[in-house]
Amino acid sequence: MNWVWFYRLGSPLWFYQTTTRWLPWLSLLAFMLLATGLVWGLGFAPQDAKQGNSFRIIYMHVPASFLALVGYFLMAAAGAIGLIWKMKLSYMVMKAAAPIGAALTFLALFTGAVWGKPTWGSYWVWDARITSMLILLFLYFGVLALQYAFHNEEASNKASAVLALVGTVNIPIIYKSVDWWYTLHQPSTIKLTSAPSMHPDMFQPLLVMILGFYCFYVVALCLFTRVEILRRERKTTWVGDLIGSSNNAVEGEK
Amino acid sequence: MGNPSLISIENLRFERDDTTVVSCDQLHVNVGEILQIEGPNGSGKTTLLRLLTTAIQPQEGTILYCGKSIAECRFEYLSDILFIGHQSAVKLTLTAEENLAWMAESELSSAASLRALESLGLAGYSDIPCYKLSAGQQRRVALARLLLSDARLWYLDEPFTAIDRDGVKLLERCMEDHVSSGGAVVVSTHQDLDVQDVRHYSVLGESLLRAYS
Amino acid sequence: MRKYTSDGFYAYLRRDLLQSHRRLGEAASPLIFFVMASTLVPLGITPDPASLAEIASGIIWVFALLATMLSVGGLFAGDYQDGSLEQLLISPQVLVMPVLGKVTAHWLITGLPLTLVSPLLGLMLFLPEAGYLPMTASLALGTACLSLLGAVGAALTVSLQKGGMLLALIVMPLYMPVIIFGAATVQYGIDGLAWTAPLAILGAMLAAAIALCPLAIASVLRLTSIN
Repeated sequence: MNWVWFYRLGSPLWFYQTTTRWLPWLSLLAFMLLATGLVWGLGFAPQDAKQGNSFRIIYMHVPASFLALVGYFLMAAAGAIGLIWKMKLSYMVMKAAAPIGAALTFLALFTGAVWGKPTWGSYWVWDARITSMLILLFLYFGVLALQYAFHNEEASNKASAVLALVGTVNIPIIYKSVDWWYTLHQPSTIKLTSAPSMHPDMFQPLLVMILGFYCFYVVALCLFTRVEILRRERKTTWVGDLIGSSNNAVEGEK
Repeated sequence: MGNPSLISIENLRFERDDTTVVSCDQLHVNVGEILQIEGPNGSGKTTLLRLLTTAIQPQEGTILYCGKSIAECRFEYLSDILFIGHQSAVKLTLTAEENLAWMAESELSSAASLRALESLGLAGYSDIPCYKLSAGQQRRVALARLLLSDARLWYLDEPFTAIDRDGVKLLERCMEDHVSSGGAVVVSTHQDLDVQDVRHYSVLGESLLRAYS
Repeated sequence: MRKYTSDGFYAYLRRDLLQSHRRLGEAASPLIFFVMASTLVPLGITPDPASLAEIASGIIWVFALLATMLSVGGLFAGDYQDGSLEQLLISPQVLVMPVLGKVTAHWLITGLPLTLVSPLLGLMLFLPEAGYLPMTASLALGTACLSLLGAVGAALTVSLQKGGMLLALIVMPLYMPVIIFGAATVQYGIDGLAWTAPLAILGAMLAAAIALCPLAIASVLRLTSIN
């Protein structure tokens, strides 16, 4: 079996060097996409017939909710790879994905609340999607708390990987249950679901924003992972060399 | 070597958080011998024993049982070993007899367990909940497993903790009987063993080596 | 060595039951917690029968969940501390069966008594008459689910000294589907709807949990209890 390439992929050094090369370009791309999307969406997209300008928060809300969920699955997948192939790097990615995902989930909830006040007069509604989002935030909190609870790095990695996987099995069940629960209790006065079809002029900037968020997510994930790599590999020679050379560079500037 | 190796360890290495805890290039356990593992506190004696019992997995190296890797013949191997650790696994709410029946993991005649308890000086204590026993007596309950088990290999981690002088002698005789009937014992202790044919093996964890140098 | 795979199940079931039989006071505390906590609600909200009747099913379910969660933390803690968990991990048997035995014992000690006492609480909280049967049925299935899911959390936190609060954080999101369908079963019963439908879903969840949780618990115990 030729798995060499796979293990090379799992080398923290390789990851660090590759991302050093790619990150500036990716950051630039993310910035440009986000800037375009924001200016387009906030400044030029047409007003919503019913909600006026307040609907524009979807340009933050929708991509954030999107990535919050994708991020959880990514975290669980990274954990699974770590468990199966005992790959250090993928545990680091998993660890990096948790705070970013939690932050995005919080952003989604926050923008949802801000959107809710002018639209249906209340910051919080026990709507199916909002509740699911809240539970997702709790799932993230669980993984984060477990990660920091162990003294032993390996136990921490494995435990949070399993928890992330258990959460993944549960997410569809939770979503379906909450959906069903909502139909059971749905008050007839409030209707949250927005119009099923969006005008293309509104939708195109949203698409740009989603792409921008994806790029931003990858950038953030790489940055967090790089910090994690430096922390865990601090005893290796290559990190020592790296720190040494950057110290020299600082001194050189002086 | 005249005796065949029951256990052979090759290039075993176990790391915890980037620190090598156990590093053992070569170690054999032969039939009919008592191997005493020595080393200062924190040198990895317990970790080595836990590696041997498969409670933890090494990052590198293999442990062979009768020439086969213990990962391959795991079930067979685990049926042939008996491990008594720091914690005695004695349930305090259960009586000594219940504990033994439980730990034997099979049908155990009451007479046999009573006999084992008696020979460890616990006659008359068999139906008392273990929380009423002293620490040394609880330890003896755990050690009574040695008399009831038909495992070939004993792994004993600091078995003399909390045991009085008579108990130590008793345990030493037990170990001798076991090896003379074709078994083997791996024991970690700081005490000098008063038994025949004891072989010593010193472990010194890398973390300690670094501290000394 | 055990002869049959199921021997491990019965051995651990019997041992855990025997242990809690010896410490009845400790074993009964989740039940007492359940009753006591539920009586806080009339004190905190209102003693009015009509208002209580409306929320009775929810109260009983929430506190049944909390009682299970608080007790499940100790499921592996004792075994971890006295070394019998390590003995279990190195014993020549399939780990899933002893685990299932232990969880079953936990349910028999907490879930089943909670279920049996719940009609009494229903009485005190003025639960409408049509709700009693759905409540006991949903609690019987639901608490078994809670024990299984909680055991996963207990296994994850077993090697941590102060795992109690963390266990709650981990387990509560996983409990949410159970409480949704559990409380809904009672509500359906009260409203005269077909309450066997949500009950069936609860049963499906239990079936899935019986199949998957012991596997997860066994692998977690192997992965993390050793440090």
